[in-house]
Amino acid sequence: MFEFLLRMGDNTLVLGHRVSEWCGHSPVLEEDIALANISLDLIGQTRMWLGLAGEIEGKGRDADALAFRRDAWDFHNLLICERPNRDYGHTLMRQFLFDLWHHERLADLCLSEEGRVAEIAAKCVKEADYHLERSKDLIVRLGDGTSESHEKMQAALEALWPYVGEMFTDDEVDTAMKEVGIAPLPSRQRPRYDAALNAILSKATLARPESDFTHRGGRYGTHTEDLGHMLAQMQFLQRAYPDARW
Amino acid sequence: MAKDWPLWEIFIRGQYGLSHRHVGSLHAPDAEMAVLNARDVYTRRNEGMSIWVVKSADITATAPDRKGPMFDPSNDKTYRHPTFFDIPDEVGSM
Repeated sequence: MFEFLLRMGDNTLVLGHRVSEWCGHSPVLEEDIALANISLDLIGQTRMWLGLAGEIEGKGRDADALAFRRDAWDFHNLLICERPNRDYGHTLMRQFLFDLWHHERLADLCLSEEGRVAEIAAKCVKEADYHLERSKDLIVRLGDGTSESHEKMQAALEALWPYVGEMFTDDEVDTAMKEVGIAPLPSRQRPRYDAALNAILSKATLARPESDFTHRGGRYGTHTEDLGHMLAQMQFLQRAYPDARW
Repeated sequence: MAKDWPLWEIFIRGQYGLSHRHVGSLHAPDAEMAVLNARDVYTRRNEGMSIWVVKSADITATAPDRKGPMFDPSNDKTYRHPTFFDIPDEVGSM
């Protein structure tokens, strides 16, 4: 269960930090505030997941210790969460592909037989619902926008597509979680995801890539080098000045 | 970018029973996005129950230089202002 909670918390932590990198740099003020909100939502969710993870682990590590005192190979987030922001279209596409998965996953977890998991999921799902609404809107507008915005969104989709499959791969942790009624298998979500995805992509006039190839490894701690760079920045203060407070 | 986006006036209703109040304005490509942007810009601290957005260009306003003829005449007619009454506390906000 510790492992399962880390995966949930690391997804929101890593993506939340990535999104926060836009703060003060977004193309327009309104988008800047909206992205900062999403980032804060995700980091708030991280506190709950990693907080519970630390409790379950029982070694005295709290959410902060887990966030700031682990190395890249101990992070178990999906690879899509750590992909760099690149251009704004790329950031929005990453958010959309993640939100579509995240919202459904949280909705499933609301039915978890583990009360604490269901409780956290119930809080997070409302935020995820809003994130998804916003992502969908923007994908359709930009995909079906000018020829330049269409091209950028299609390029972003092609670049991020190989990271989608990882969301639906099952392993022994997932099987164990299913057996004790904590969480359904990730693969079960794929048909729903595909149906929703196809509907949005067609509205956005974007073509779904054909390849089924998927990168994987994030959930076991095998990451792209971008995560290391991100952590170096994110963890600097606690690493250089352990237990610093203000 | 933003320079092509129209300006929207944002109205938010704080709680049941109160009317929508103007809170500010923002840029957005269309009405739906204006609502989402308004949610993020103006309701971060639990301020709202309902949001209206109106394109700024659709608002017809009084001209500042017509202020005198428009408003001054009502200013010196004290009998129109019910300021001579004591309002009982039970009435609440008026």
